[in-house]
Amino acid sequence: MDKEYLTIKEIAGPLLLVQDVRGISYGEIAELRLPNGQTRQARVLEVQEDNALVQVFEGTDGIATSGTKIRFLGRGQEFGVSPDIMGRVFDGFGRPIDDGPEIIPDKRLNINGNPINPFARDYPNEFIQTGISTIDVMNTLVRGQKLPIFSASGLPHSRLAAQIARQARVLKTGDRFAVVFAAMGITFEEANFFIEDFRRTGALQRAVLFINLADDPPIERIATPRMALTAAEYLAYELDIHVLIILTDMTNYCEALREISAARKEVPGRRGYPGYMYTDLSTIYERAGRIQGRNGSITQFPILTMPEDDKTHPIPDLTGYITEGQIILDRSINAKGIYPPVDVLPSLSRLKDKGIGQGKTRADHAGVMNQLYAAYARGKEAEELAVVLGEGALTPTDLLFMKFAGAFEQQFVRQGEDENRSIEQSLDLGWKLLGILPRSELKRVRDEYIEKYWRPAASADGAEKSEG
Amino acid sequence: MAEQTGQEGGRREGQVVRVAGPLVVAKGLAGTKMYETVRVGKMKLFGEVIEIRGDQYSIQVYEETEGVGPGEPVVPSGAPLSVELGPGLVKAIYDGIQRPLDTLRNEFGDFIVRGAESPALDRKVKWTFEPKVAAGAEVVPGDVIGTVQESKLVLHKIMVPPGVSGKVAKIAKGEYTVEETVAVVETATGPRNLQMMQKWPVRHARQVVKKFPPTVPLVTGQRVIDMFFPMTKGGTACVPGPFGSGKTVVQHQLAKWADADIIVYVGCGERGNEMTDVLMEFPELADPKSGEPLMERTVLVANTSNMPVAAREASVFTGITIAEYFRDMGYDVAMMADSTSRWAEAMREISGRLEEMPGEEGYPAYLGSRIATFYERSGSVQCLGREERKGSLSIIGAVSPPGGDLSDPVVQATLRVVKVFWGLDASLAYQRHFPAISWLKSYSLYQQIVDEYADRELDKAWSGVRKEAMAILQREEELEELVRLVGLDALSAPDRLLMEASKSVREDFLHQNAFDDIDTYSSLKKQLLLLQTVLHFYAEATKSLQRGSGIDEIASLPIRDEISRAKLIKEQELDKFQKVMDGITEQCGKLGKAAVKAGA
Repeated sequence: MDKEYLTIKEIAGPLLLVQDVRGISYGEIAELRLPNGQTRQARVLEVQEDNALVQVFEGTDGIATSGTKIRFLGRGQEFGVSPDIMGRVFDGFGRPIDDGPEIIPDKRLNINGNPINPFARDYPNEFIQTGISTIDVMNTLVRGQKLPIFSASGLPHSRLAAQIARQARVLKTGDRFAVVFAAMGITFEEANFFIEDFRRTGALQRAVLFINLADDPPIERIATPRMALTAAEYLAYELDIHVLIILTDMTNYCEALREISAARKEVPGRRGYPGYMYTDLSTIYERAGRIQGRNGSITQFPILTMPEDDKTHPIPDLTGYITEGQIILDRSINAKGIYPPVDVLPSLSRLKDKGIGQGKTRADHAGVMNQLYAAYARGKEAEELAVVLGEGALTPTDLLFMKFAGAFEQQFVRQGEDENRSIEQSLDLGWKLLGILPRSELKRVRDEYIEKYWRPAASADGAEKSEG
Repeated sequence: MAEQTGQEGGRREGQVVRVAGPLVVAKGLAGTKMYETVRVGKMKLFGEVIEIRGDQYSIQVYEETEGVGPGEPVVPSGAPLSVELGPGLVKAIYDGIQRPLDTLRNEFGDFIVRGAESPALDRKVKWTFEPKVAAGAEVVPGDVIGTVQESKLVLHKIMVPPGVSGKVAKIAKGEYTVEETVAVVETATGPRNLQMMQKWPVRHARQVVKKFPPTVPLVTGQRVIDMFFPMTKGGTACVPGPFGSGKTVVQHQLAKWADADIIVYVGCGERGNEMTDVLMEFPELADPKSGEPLMERTVLVANTSNMPVAAREASVFTGITIAEYFRDMGYDVAMMADSTSRWAEAMREISGRLEEMPGEEGYPAYLGSRIATFYERSGSVQCLGREERKGSLSIIGAVSPPGGDLSDPVVQATLRVVKVFWGLDASLAYQRHFPAISWLKSYSLYQQIVDEYADRELDKAWSGVRKEAMAILQREEELEELVRLVGLDALSAPDRLLMEASKSVREDFLHQNAFDDIDTYSSLKKQLLLLQTVLHFYAEATKSLQRGSGIDEIASLPIRDEISRAKLIKEQELDKFQKVMDGITEQCGKLGKAAVKAGA
């Protein structure tokens, strides 16, 4: 097994063809030793009789067909886990980079994991409070869900993700909670923002970080989320911890996937991305979930930046087909100076219905959510009409809806980066805004809740002078 | 996974020569047939031969191939990929190659490990076999020799397998496992023991005597479907739409409420939590006819997106073979495949690894013919056997085109064969109008058949009402363009009233809440009454308008609240519709007169 080969025959992009090898298996990890003593890692992509096609993670620059030794390790890619991984920072291969001691693993786990048996899954229905109104009320997150943030360049998705990581908690207390953070191809600045934020708030002690920066090898990016998910699965299913995992930026991950596919001369699918990208992404996203009879859970927050803000681009498109909804950040709301710039209309949490209501959040939650949604949608429509035809063309009711939409953005969507609203506060805020509308327009909420919570705006926001 | 042991015996073991993802090439398998199943490597992974070139056998492996290398053994099974058919299918949940997921969990844990094996039908369970023929009876393939009450809703018929005919020598009531002999048939070639379990290769359609054109609607309880774009028993339909447009909810609704005897639900390359949802919800939901849990008539095949891609390719065939088996008993079976795009992608992935010449978007050139072959396994049929039983198999496939773009090759290949198209519209979903089935894009080629059926069996008003409502919706679309240019005020009063009526058709009839206990299902009768109520308002309001009342007065009549709540009238209280209609007549009637008086 530990035989070293000197038979590299071809080098093309990140790929090497090694000849006359024996006993090699698909997916195996290999170690390269360059004449200058440098070592690199590689993975077997294909074996045919005594030829192996291997992919070098760190790239092939400086490698010659002669003099470079390759040794196959007889195992797939693994990550060594132990409770000590908490609070540590690793590179995309799972090697510590925080000057801390080496991890002495309890065991080594294959980073590809195994699919959860659908029969063993437990349906996610426990409400997670993120303290952000647009998520908690409108697009409720539940434990075990995978809810991506669809963002675009220049939008504050990192700040939002950091805020969620800081504030997320389950109303039931006493459960252990951890954050796993996987950075793929992001800049030093962005990564540093997260690390500093975790450090500042003390979250670092209950976090595990995997950092692959923009100048790290793209191929390492393929391993990074899997390293992180392996750590998350260990924490969740063996140590009974509830894990929130942030994967940023999935767009960089997919670009790396395309790069490798192109190097292998595979038949490209849409926009040059490989045809198996859906399957590949699903092996990441589907590792979120809960398992019956186990206490931990994995909740995923992947972040991706939509190229050209285009939701139909293959990356957001395939992601949307796998994940359970999406939080969409919008450039025009951001331009109004509103943080977080969540556009609630196209955003969606598919699992919200099972996580809200009596005993979970509050009995009026579903009604308020639907009413806010409908009223905001109508207000936005009125706004558009007003742009074309002038405000004069609007009915008095539509004018009220327009006013509501503005107030909704300014008060409900907008909140401070350190503002942690409880679900009750968010719901009450929703009711306060609904006070702008006449009672007869509130058709989505049950009368009993209107009786209980609704008050006309005159008293509620009488202090506001701008609306005269 | 059902596997027959090779009868030829003593066949040589082959050797792996190449491994690239789910594709393994082996040599030394002389005599192995196309689509024969094999066991690959030391881990004994399941695979299927999909290409033979000289001594090079390409095998698609249903499990992750990491760790497999050249030189490892490959053992042919002697049989193609087959499923086990018999008592125990109902309420089961299988993966793409019919491994029972519940048993796998008990035996191998919460994660699906490689090489795990467990028979599809439990070998230990004893079923009560009730003979339907006596010793001495002549039987031919397809004849029912006995029954087993498999679940509260399903009477499982034990049929004579293909190729067996003769005189029943022995048959007895009793408790049997699926492998024990329940009857002996004296055939021309000697006695043949019959067990309750049969096997059938998934890639071959099961035989029938003949096919009929479909004539009976498959009632789904979904208003937009039953009224405007109906499906028939034995028909085919597809539901394409971008993500978030509610494909899966539509599929779940059909699985819940379609008036079929058996539902086979194939989750093909979709989310794990969705299957969990079905698993948790179906045992709780009651069938509208019998009141028994819906799970009692359901078979689930779950090959989620992160499970191996080759097994995903097989899952659709596994599902349809199980569905055909129940059809052969004379049942109305409905199969849902969510999503056929993932199935097509699995084909594309395998085809790419085989380095086949790609067709459109990298899909193999045979994509269209594979899709057509699959949908063609549907139909209303006369089953094998002397009894002349009739059964039907309806197929409803979800399609997930990239970006919702209907020019996608999978959508186009599907539209060439299916008869019903429920086009999901992202903008409707965005307005939270569910089901987001576009009434302008969708079509059903069964409309006439269903109109005739409903006019005859239910109420002769059916087709007239449907046509009138559809005309209103189409007129609205034309007017909308005008409104976008010049504003609502510029429309004439009758046109504004039409817009109101159309809004009412959309909101009070088409919009249907899948999560509301009452609204989730509407009988055909209720659908008709509801639409008649909406149209009655339009007719009466038109009269008031002619008498000179204003459009705003009409639009703000209090009865409109009652119309909007009429969809929540319970099935047992359908006479309440009359009250709503009377209210409409009364309130609209007053309006005109009031105006006349005021004017006078």
